[in-house]
Amino acid sequence: MKILTANDLATGDVVWWAGDGWSRLLVEAIDTGDKGEEIGKHEEIARHVVAAYVVDGEMTADGPRPAHIKERIRGLGPTVRPDLTLKPEASDLTQWVI
Amino acid sequence: MADFITLRSDEPAQEPVVTLESFGDQSNATAVRIEPGEDARELLPFLGRIALVEVNFPAYTDGRGYSAARILREAGYTGELRAVGDVLVDQISHMRRCGFDSFKPNAPLDDADVEAAFARWPDVYQKTVDDRRPIWAKRHEEA
Amino acid sequence: MYQYDTYDQAMVDARVEEFRDQVKRRLEGKMTEEQFRPLRLMNGLYLQLHAYMLRVAVPYGTLSARQMRMLGHIARKYDKGYGHFTTRQNIQYNWIKLSDAPDILADLASVEMHAIQTSGNCIRNISADQYAGVAADEAADPRPWAELLRQWSSFHPEFTYLPRKFKICVIASPEDRAAMRLHDIGLELVKKDGVVGARVFVGGGMGRTPMVAPEVNPFVTEDELISYVEACLRVYNRYGRRDNKYKARIKILVHELGVEEYRRQVAEEFAHMKTLGLNPPREELARIAEHFADPAYETGLSDDLDRSDPDFALWVDRNVAQHKQAGYAIVNISLKPIGGIPGDASAEQIELMADLAERYSLDELRVTHAQNIVLPYVKKAELYALWQALEANGLGEPNLDLVTDIIACPGLDYCSLANARSIPVAQKIAQRLASNGKDAEIGELKLKISGCINACGHHHAGHIGILGVDRKGTENYQLLLGGSGAEDCSLGTITGPGFDENGIVDAVEKATDLYLAQRTEGERFLDTYRRLGMAPFKEAIYG
Repeated sequence: MKILTANDLATGDVVWWAGDGWSRLLVEAIDTGDKGEEIGKHEEIARHVVAAYVVDGEMTADGPRPAHIKERIRGLGPTVRPDLTLKPEASDLTQWVI
Repeated sequence: MADFITLRSDEPAQEPVVTLESFGDQSNATAVRIEPGEDARELLPFLGRIALVEVNFPAYTDGRGYSAARILREAGYTGELRAVGDVLVDQISHMRRCGFDSFKPNAPLDDADVEAAFARWPDVYQKTVDDRRPIWAKRHEEA
Repeated sequence: MYQYDTYDQAMVDARVEEFRDQVKRRLEGKMTEEQFRPLRLMNGLYLQLHAYMLRVAVPYGTLSARQMRMLGHIARKYDKGYGHFTTRQNIQYNWIKLSDAPDILADLASVEMHAIQTSGNCIRNISADQYAGVAADEAADPRPWAELLRQWSSFHPEFTYLPRKFKICVIASPEDRAAMRLHDIGLELVKKDGVVGARVFVGGGMGRTPMVAPEVNPFVTEDELISYVEACLRVYNRYGRRDNKYKARIKILVHELGVEEYRRQVAEEFAHMKTLGLNPPREELARIAEHFADPAYETGLSDDLDRSDPDFALWVDRNVAQHKQAGYAIVNISLKPIGGIPGDASAEQIELMADLAERYSLDELRVTHAQNIVLPYVKKAELYALWQALEANGLGEPNLDLVTDIIACPGLDYCSLANARSIPVAQKIAQRLASNGKDAEIGELKLKISGCINACGHHHAGHIGILGVDRKGTENYQLLLGGSGAEDCSLGTITGPGFDENGIVDAVEKATDLYLAQRTEGERFLDTYRRLGMAPFKEAIYG
């Protein structure tokens, strides 16, 4: 799948394209097919987000999983601060990221 | 919106502008354009007959034009020194400090933003080629 | 320490308003991101992996308690309760909102601080020896020179769009505690016939093409410092490469021209520049220097210590350095607890360090390039009380300059440029070598980790360096040996093929085991490596 990510322009929060807008949760990311770059550009011009880009990924039982570790960490939060990630209770953070 | 800004009291120079390369061969040329990477010092023997030097900024992030301008002013050039190209409001105050006294941006600038930019700095830390006395000079004159 | 006068304050205040206006124009759509990016970078604001990141300048690493307290306040109010001290003596916050940034800069300005030129292709924050003014071995105090350069470089109109970033460092001791020769310009103050001047080194740096700066001028006096440095910069601004970002640092220009030719071009420009009246009068350096005059030290203090508490005695031996004044000590607070995140401090810890500086260190702190904090003016008689307060708050780790005192960049956990994580590797190495007691046995060993080739973690300058790379989408770590950022400056050499995360921890342990087996009396790891060469280490690691 093709996942579109960006940062919210004003807050800097990492966001994922969820079909009808942006979500802060990677789990809500949709497959943007070949439309990702176009949506990203449009959303940048509308000043909703900054630094939009498309990454490869696959749909898993746990939801979308970016192909590269960089976006997996981006989707989760810093692995060295589990308390600040989206899965503060998880014990297998590193496993998920790698 | 302004597509040309001048800080000079005289009329903007209208002469045809030639490249630095052809300037050397045209003894009657009085206006010349410098590109990034060209040596402004090649003009020093001719400063007396030059009415306009345009310094081109193809990208505003290329800062060579700042040195070119300052070198010309340091050598005593008093004609029009015009920044052209990717000239944005957030750089014009620094350009002025390096000796530019007119600006011809690719995209017009908001008049209020221009005014705010020129009025931004209450003082300056360096001596350059504008007439502003640096902070260190003021400190010790007052003492 | 230096205090702003009305001029300095007005300049910083103007900068806050300028950036407030720029942020407003960006959010209103009067500026594209491409136009805005260099402007936000010149105010220290990056866009990182998770959010905007703000890098606040700590000029030459010096802070008052009040300033330190403000850093804690910012961590608490605008961020997630912590900050990260960096290898350029600055502090970074990882979770900043663009819309808050102008207010943060205004808060900083209220305590004479800023984020000016902490990024961008301009002259960055000036760094210096963290023991400036209190070291027993310095020729002069580097701080007044650094402050003079700070003011000169702030908003310099000619040098704001250089080919690439530009870092200046000032030291004044034969012992280099600030990696001076790995800067674009390194200044070492020396005395000649009673006159203080600077040896000028140009063209050092790390990154993908690390170089040790050669000396370009053996002695520049205060009367000509600004015009000389300005000449160095002008030659670079005009002729530094702009066609390739990776070849744009001044080190490449100096290397491609050759130091002789670079020196000649600078001399020619300098001959012109010194006629322009660019140098402040001597009264200006003297005015600045008054701010750095020695405090009113108490005299007649004893140098004796009660060492009956062994944990305290160990901390004194490791983390306390000799002060030039009898009865006083320089205290290093390690931000490297075993298993912790190198350089991170919570808002509570930052505020506690501010309180302790007020109580025990004449109101002053320093940030070191090794990501630790220094209290420069502690009475020996008060060391025990200070240590107890640090120890109770996770700040008493007795590991200065040990293998667990690791420099690490934020790596892929935070940084959008990184290829691999740095922090987990640092944590695992520290845990391994602390749990089996080898850290104490090994003694001084500077281990430095970068998560990519940009080398923010100074891996080239580590006795042991680690470089994280991306190998087909997985994290991989290369090992380097033999670097040093000190007066015996050298660049590390890669041992061979890289390792995964556990593999690199094993490799470090094998290298240190070989050292323990082979060292002679008094040899540090680096000395043994230099004596034996790479071969036996390679054998131990890969054999």
